[in-house]
Amino acid sequence: MTKKLGRLALGPASLGLLALTFWLGYFVTPPDQVQGELVRLLYIHPAVAWVALYVSFGTATIASALYLWPRTRSEALDRIAASAVEVSLFFIALTLISGSIWGRPAWGVWWAWDARLTSTAILGVFALGYLALRRANDDREQRARRAAVFCILTAINVPIIHFSVLWWKTLHQGASVLSSNRSIKVHGSMGLTLLLSFIAFTLTFFWLLRARYRIEVIRDEKLQRSLATSIEQRRTEVSGA
Amino acid sequence: MIRIALLVARKDLRIEMHSRVLTWQVLPFGVMALLLCGLALGPTAAGHSHAAPGLFYIVITLMVLLMINRSTAIESNRGTRSSVATLGLDPSGVFLGKAAALVVEMWLASAVLLVGTVLFLHVDRAKTLSALPSIAVVVVALSLAGTLYGALTSSNSGSATLLPILALPAFAPLLIAGERAYSAVAYGGNLKVWWGLLLVSTVAYLILGILLYAVMEES
Repeated sequence: MTKKLGRLALGPASLGLLALTFWLGYFVTPPDQVQGELVRLLYIHPAVAWVALYVSFGTATIASALYLWPRTRSEALDRIAASAVEVSLFFIALTLISGSIWGRPAWGVWWAWDARLTSTAILGVFALGYLALRRANDDREQRARRAAVFCILTAINVPIIHFSVLWWKTLHQGASVLSSNRSIKVHGSMGLTLLLSFIAFTLTFFWLLRARYRIEVIRDEKLQRSLATSIEQRRTEVSGA
Repeated sequence: MIRIALLVARKDLRIEMHSRVLTWQVLPFGVMALLLCGLALGPTAAGHSHAAPGLFYIVITLMVLLMINRSTAIESNRGTRSSVATLGLDPSGVFLGKAAALVVEMWLASAVLLVGTVLFLHVDRAKTLSALPSIAVVVVALSLAGTLYGALTSSNSGSATLLPILALPAFAPLLIAGERAYSAVAYGGNLKVWWGLLLVSTVAYLILGILLYAVMEES
């Protein structure tokens, strides 16, 4: 009962928190001293990037690793990994779009050959590659195994993206929320809204992930049913002849 | 594992010695690609020498892709994979052997391409020689990663077109690190961080290859 209620509440809770974040971010919080109104995009961009890079790829990598482990191998884990990568593609696109919208007035260009921008775009290509790999293989088990291996190989790219701003020292700013001595750099209503945006987008990710997972289950069930019907039809034909 | 690796590497290199795909197809393609890059940049010698490290690595990456396709094609004939599987060879050894053969082939290809880079793109010979250790490591990392991605796409529909989509994003950090290391040696800059990235990536692909190759070959 509690589980079902939690499942039902996930969608409305995500939407409610998103609405609250937008309201606080656009109407309540003050403009920034340096960036002015442009700061309001920061209530979307870092949270979306957090989901795209860490939450979704983290979920997909853990699910893939567990799938490859013989004791925990199950179709559900394969479905979770596939769904997480698909949802991550949406969040990567959102990260790049919101970054571009911020970059145009701040840097003067929609796109810069910045290390974090480029590595995030590369992660998007990885996600596309993952989906292409899944579609290129008809053998269900082989597809799941290879997709899991590819997902783990892709995970190497995530630390590179994380540290890219330190290694390359290009346009993208470094850590925004925490300074090097772990003290919080954002204060008051701005900090609270930023924190809320992280929670709202993380919940939205899990809501979308659940929806995508359900679609995958329904698709598999439909495939199984159509297979069973075909076999039954063939049996009837053979017995009739 | 090492014995099987040597066996597989020797087998792949012997096939290459007989078929000469590297000599007659991949190397001419690499030299042609390097010339085309020079043509695209126009006639200024200064621009060429500064772009040389990047162009060198782009051509190397394209050549690696061709060689990975070649390496996986060796086992793509009907029944070859299942025959190899019945031999009960240690998959980690097979991975290391295939990667080792690719490393040897790509080291040779890089040597030829470096001569072309010095000749056509006017990079200083002594500086290019000092970049050799980093180039050797990049080739090892590319070969290890390439062997893994080759196995990942083998026997899939459209594997030749799927390989670049999967492998190029993974090659990108190696390409950047290699280019920066070469440029740092030739024109100055911080080498330490690029060497760090190269060595960590090489070790990561080596470990992941040994652990995961068996999973991909499972049937």
